[in-house]
Formats: sequence, structure tokens, C-alpha cells
Amino acid sequence: MNTWAPAWVDALTALLVGGGALAALIGSFGVLRLKSFFQRVHAPTLGATLGTWGFTLATAVQVSFERGQLYLHALLIAVFIALTVPVTTIFLMRAAVFRARLRGEEIPVPGADEPPRD
Amino acid sequence: MSPLLSWALVFALGCLALAMMLALARMIIGPRAEDRVLAFDCLYQNTMLVILALGLVYRSSSYFEAALLIALFGFVGSTAMSKFLLRGEIIE
Repeated sequence: MNTWAPAWVDALTALLVGGGALAALIGSFGVLRLKSFFQRVHAPTLGATLGTWGFTLATAVQVSFERGQLYLHALLIAVFIALTVPVTTIFLMRAAVFRARLRGEEIPVPGADEPPRD
Repeated sequence: MSPLLSWALVFALGCLALAMMLALARMIIGPRAEDRVLAFDCLYQNTMLVILALGLVYRSSSYFEAALLIALFGFVGSTAMSKFLLRGEIIE
């Protein structure tokens, strides 16, 4: 096992890692910044998709070139996150809608803020 | 490791630390329970990305298993908390 990779592999890894970290930062900023829960619930998907795929692809590319053999284990995390995060989000949104109805609050209706179609 | 990659990893770890602090702030000030669960969701995803970045820094493949375990137990935890918010109990 040599700990050496071509320069373009290092550059690609740096690009993927930097982009993924920026996506995760923007998603977390949205969680803090947006006003209502139903807006905030959209923000972490940025880190869950772009962030996770960036980091796992970077790991797969870098370790594959360093070891000289294909190493795709890290992509397992991306597949797992892609399967589980929508489930969590749907459960959480249903809980939020249920609790908002229980308190008698206004719930945003899909398409309510769009101009009427003629 | 080239200097470009090591600086990119330092940048990524800084961004992820800031992201974890933002999610933690929402977890503390979150007006309702569902906001705190959402912040927890965001927090464990950021932690998993930090572990993956540390695996690239230290060249060890055991970080991958730690990241996989964090993803697994984070999913179980936030699903259980959402279910609790929805029904008042988890297993019925």
C-alpha cells in the first residue's frame, strides 16, 4: 500500500470535500435562519444529499487511488442516508402537522402562496 | 498528501464545526419539540461528515465504520423521537 495519489486525484478530492462541507454549512445555516418549522424542514436535505455524496465520493476516489484497488465501501453510507433521511423527514413533518392542528394553528396549504392559474 | 488537499480538509472541518454550532443553536433556542428533533437530525449528519473527513485526514478505514454506526443510530433515534411526537408513545 502506497500513500501516494496523482495530483489530479488530490484536486478532485479537495473539490468534493470543500463543496460537500459548504453544502452542509448552508443547510445548517438554513435550519437556524428560516422562520417557520415548515420552511426549516427543507434545509438539512442540502447536507444530506450534496454533503454526504461529496464526502463519500471523495473517500472512495482517494482511497481507491492510494491503495491501487477499488474501494467503494464509503458509498454504502450515501445509499443508506438516501434511503433513511426521507423516512425521518416524513415522520417529522406528519408529527409537526398533527401537533399544529392540535394547537389550532394555521397550517400552510400546498400551493397556497402561488398565483391562481387561469 | 498534497498541501491543497490538507488545506481543503482543514477548510471542510472548519465549515462542519460552524455547521454543528448552528444546528446546536437551533436545538437550544428551538421554540418547539419538532424544531429540536430537526436540529438533532442536522447535527448527527454533520457529525457523520466530520468523521468521514477525519478518516481522510488520518488514513484509517475504521472511521468509515464509525460513520456508518452514527448514520444508523441517528436514523433510529430521530425516527423514534418523531414517532413519540406523533403518538405519545413509541411501541404500541
